[in-house]
Amino acid sequence: MGLLAEVVKEMVLYSLDFNVKARDFDSAGEVSSNLRTVLKQLSLNPDVVRRSCIACYEAEMNIIIHSYGGHIKIEIFEDKIRITAEDTGPGIEDIELAMKEGYSTAPEEIREMGFGAGMGLPNMKSNSDFMEIKSSSEGTTVLMEILFK
Amino acid sequence: MKLKEVKEILKAEVMVGEEKLNEDVFTACGADLMSDVLASKDEKAVLLTGLTNVQVIRTAEVVGDIKCIVFVRGKTPGEEIVQLAKKAGLVIMKTKYPLYIACGLLYSNGLTCRSGEGNGTL
Repeated sequence: MGLLAEVVKEMVLYSLDFNVKARDFDSAGEVSSNLRTVLKQLSLNPDVVRRSCIACYEAEMNIIIHSYGGHIKIEIFEDKIRITAEDTGPGIEDIELAMKEGYSTAPEEIREMGFGAGMGLPNMKSNSDFMEIKSSSEGTTVLMEILFK
Repeated sequence: MKLKEVKEILKAEVMVGEEKLNEDVFTACGADLMSDVLASKDEKAVLLTGLTNVQVIRTAEVVGDIKCIVFVRGKTPGEEIVQLAKKAGLVIMKTKYPLYIACGLLYSNGLTCRSGEGNGTL
């Protein structure tokens, strides 16, 4: 690949940033809903739209449920979407365990809302082509990429 | 199956989207756990649920292939949910049947999900 092509590949063509408030269940899903509107306008492949929105929604719910608040950055590149969900909060104690389907630390009230089934992180992973989690006692950053292919 | 047949079979009341009842649906799912709906890769055009909060509509929006939500067990969603569903272009119905019976009625009347690839297979 030529240098120019490499530079172009790393260029962010469009970016969005949304604040996500802790415990704000009424707004849960707004980020993903906005993302869907934008991605549809860009006429991206429906499967890419779907996977991006699901991954984003799960990330959004996680910030609302588990953190003290955070934000979601969405960057659209020539060949992929990058979703970065960053929060301040207690962090994920055991990432490996959290990645297991069915493992959940969500309280009962969250389960009553139809969430907290321990599917969030595994679902984010299965819908993205690349996922990286960085977590400490200060907070968590989850980076996901969905390729246009 | 047309959405108006779904309405008839479930003796349902249409709350939003009366004008869309001629649309065809081939797949459905029943769940109270939105996490499961989000995690399922199967196509689902109708979502039957006993959960009546905003997250049901958001989940439908995010998943993208859901056209119609049927609230079971006679539950009535709040006005906020109705408005959000209108905005999202969804059809909303409510039926008095419980979830299991409602799913069974649609299935036995031919909404078996078999047309979609991978749907309903183990």
